[in-house]
Amino acid sequence: MTGLLTALIIILAVLTILQIIRIYELSGDLNKEKSYLTTYDDNNRQGFYLLLFGIAIVASLIWMMIAWDEILLPQSASEHGVETDALMSISMGLILVVYFTITPILFWFSFKYRGLKDTKATYYEHNNKLELIWTSVPTVVLAVLIIYGLTVWSNTMSPENEEDPMRIEVYAQQYKWTARYAGSDNNLGYANVRLIEGANVLGLDLEDINSQDDFSPMEIHIPVGQPVLFTFRSQDVMHSAYFPHFRAQMNCVPGMTTRFQFTPTITTADMRKDPDVIGKVERINAIRAEAGNEPYEYDYLLLCNKICGSAHYNMQMNVIVETQADYDAWVLEQQSIIQTLAANN
Amino acid sequence: MIAKQFLVTGILMGVAGGLMSILFRFQLSWPDDKFGILSSLLGKWAPEGQMDPNMYLGLVTMHGTIMVFFVLTAGLSGTFSNLLIPLQIGARDMASGFLNMLSYWFFAVSSVIMLSSLFVEMGPAAAGWTIYPPLSAVPTAMPGSGMGMTLWLVSMSLFIIGSLLGSLNYIVTIINLRTKGMSMTRLPLTIWTFFLTAILGVLSFPVLFSAALLLIFDRSLGTSFFLSDIMIAGELLNNQGGSPILFEHLFWFLGHPEVYIIILPALGITSEVISTNSRKPIFGYRAMIGSILAIAFLSFIVWGHHMFITGMDPFLGSVFTFTTLLIAIPSAVKAFNYMTTLWKGNLQFTPAMLFSIGLVSTFVAGGLTGIILGDSALDINVHDTMFVVAHFHIVMGLSAIFGMFAGVYHWYPRMYGRMMNKRMGYLHFWITFISAYGVFFPMHFLGLAGLPRRYFTNAEFPMFDELQDINLIITVFALLGGIVQLVFLFNFFYSMWRGAKAPQNPWRANTLEWTAPVAHIHGNWPGEIPEVHRWPYDYSKPGHDEDFVPQNVPMKDGEVGHS
Repeated sequence: MTGLLTALIIILAVLTILQIIRIYELSGDLNKEKSYLTTYDDNNRQGFYLLLFGIAIVASLIWMMIAWDEILLPQSASEHGVETDALMSISMGLILVVYFTITPILFWFSFKYRGLKDTKATYYEHNNKLELIWTSVPTVVLAVLIIYGLTVWSNTMSPENEEDPMRIEVYAQQYKWTARYAGSDNNLGYANVRLIEGANVLGLDLEDINSQDDFSPMEIHIPVGQPVLFTFRSQDVMHSAYFPHFRAQMNCVPGMTTRFQFTPTITTADMRKDPDVIGKVERINAIRAEAGNEPYEYDYLLLCNKICGSAHYNMQMNVIVETQADYDAWVLEQQSIIQTLAANN
Repeated sequence: MIAKQFLVTGILMGVAGGLMSILFRFQLSWPDDKFGILSSLLGKWAPEGQMDPNMYLGLVTMHGTIMVFFVLTAGLSGTFSNLLIPLQIGARDMASGFLNMLSYWFFAVSSVIMLSSLFVEMGPAAAGWTIYPPLSAVPTAMPGSGMGMTLWLVSMSLFIIGSLLGSLNYIVTIINLRTKGMSMTRLPLTIWTFFLTAILGVLSFPVLFSAALLLIFDRSLGTSFFLSDIMIAGELLNNQGGSPILFEHLFWFLGHPEVYIIILPALGITSEVISTNSRKPIFGYRAMIGSILAIAFLSFIVWGHHMFITGMDPFLGSVFTFTTLLIAIPSAVKAFNYMTTLWKGNLQFTPAMLFSIGLVSTFVAGGLTGIILGDSALDINVHDTMFVVAHFHIVMGLSAIFGMFAGVYHWYPRMYGRMMNKRMGYLHFWITFISAYGVFFPMHFLGLAGLPRRYFTNAEFPMFDELQDINLIITVFALLGGIVQLVFLFNFFYSMWRGAKAPQNPWRANTLEWTAPVAHIHGNWPGEIPEVHRWPYDYSKPGHDEDFVPQNVPMKDGEVGHS
């Protein structure tokens, strides 16, 4: 039914447009004007429309920025993410200043110099001074942005560690994530797809001394304030491990190991008390209640952000940041992969 | 004639690619609803009106491929290079008519193959237009990686051959066949952009060809260029030692220059249209050439900004951030020069002029967000989100398509000897312009909310529930923008037969194509080829009666040429 209605609307829209065209044509014939050349009248009208558009586009962008501010990601839950967000705010601020300067000028010029009866164009080839200004000003601004950006980049990608970060492997396959913790020795055992056999779905080398205490939970738990070095593997195609709340992302590439380190700074429980998050959850739950869906509770998520096949849109895992005490209690409950395999046999 | 073939084929492909985007917008906005129209169009891929996830990815992939290569590469530069190069440089024809014909027919055949892949049993290629292996290399990874992917690779290989033949021909023609007096610094900026576009194509397309060839080897001959340590669908592959990242490097070595292959001709067309309709010389002609050269050069050393988070060495990422952000400088110069051209002009708002101003606006809006994405530290969190989709659609998609529309409206009388209807042009421009921003401005916010691209539905993540309203707004504008293209199509085909007869120089422009007779004749000019005495931008020059002085008009005594 909806389909039929949509089709009907489309057909009607087309018919309307065709009728409008017809009317335009007929009125054009009546006026005996050369229908293809622009007249002063056209220039006047179109120049005015351009000015209106310029105002409208600036106004609607401002409206969007105010109205949709609340849907954006809440504050960063990782240490480097705070720096990322600061860089983002500065870059955004800068491009908005440029945009809000150039757009009005562009549309104002279009309006002001619309070709009316007495308008004469000024022959003006170039102006070296002006061109020098608008080459060098962007150069200086960009140089600052580049240096600032590269500092943040290098802090993010090569953080200095006082002690060894905790190691967690994120293993990707169509269409799920599996986590593997390095265990008490903080060394991940060797693993390769060629060693996958039966319940050993990660291809763990069971003989490797480092493998003995590796465990593989259903969710990622991290103690707050603990630097974590994530390593990523993929079993089949490329995936991308995207942790939007931590401003972290790294591709998972079959045949190689990639890595990304970050330090969570806010526990899941604390984040749920953040005013932005409370508002967000309320709005989402209002929508969900209306649609008859179960309520939503805020969680950090890992999702796949590189096209990986038909169920790419649903590849997720919870990430829980908790206090050291909660984490320690959780770790005690975990069974090592080797124990699980033995229990299965 | 070949220009018209390219244009009409490009428009047909554009209709196909545009329609696909409407279909997947339907799915994104109303994931739970059933649409009879979907099942009638997609058949078994939309049983009972609900789209299959594989078909969704297939449509996304084909939309990207068709728009990037078939519409905005072949359709745009194929059309206008073939039309304008001989006419604007004062040549009887292209250097090799035969190569020219081959380039079109390779393109035509590749278009047919690409479209036919929509109808194969397992569906079209669906690994995204970037076809990253292993997804695209292993048929068991997804249905679209079977026959559909094979056809994609065959089609693209033919496409590349056609594109290379065309580009070589453009380069040779521009270098060798300029008429007397047409020095490089008297060339219209259109020709400069076509020239650099062709050079970019010749240097980068072969790399994509090699990537496609190696991928064909991996798929069919058991080689392991891009594959290593893979188990798909429970089956362990023998491949060992290859790297998917190698493919990304090869792909983006073309992929990035490709976006300039798309945008440069549009910028060239805009320069010409804005100058003509401002009745004023293009501001900073030499700076414009300089910035085209700078953009073309830089476009070869920035491809890694597509790969910041592939596990590439962070130092390499720094280098690519540096080179990428540099591109903002020549781009800014171009934008400022356009605006100064409008300043103190006598603006004639033909539909072509409106689309050109639209281009300047989208080029600025989309270019600015490039400063976010080109910055590796910021790219981490917006990579592959809807923010990227918004960015490249505005800066490259909209700008290029606006440039193409501007070109069509401006040179239609040159191609068909008739005029397009102005009022329909205005209607087309305004609705297109408004809906273009209506689609892509809101999309930035989706990306900043962390919404990934290429998701069949966002309903699996409750955190995205509040984004659904914005998705709906986008789709409404997309529908509106799609429908108004019918006005353009109608105007285009209707005017071929019923449009007003075109005068020789309807826009009172300076370039040589308007000195040739309206009726097409072999060799372009009936008598001698016109000789060039001045640059193409003598508009409103003091000391002349008219506000334009065509290039073939000799200098008056004591008149000074452009500096």
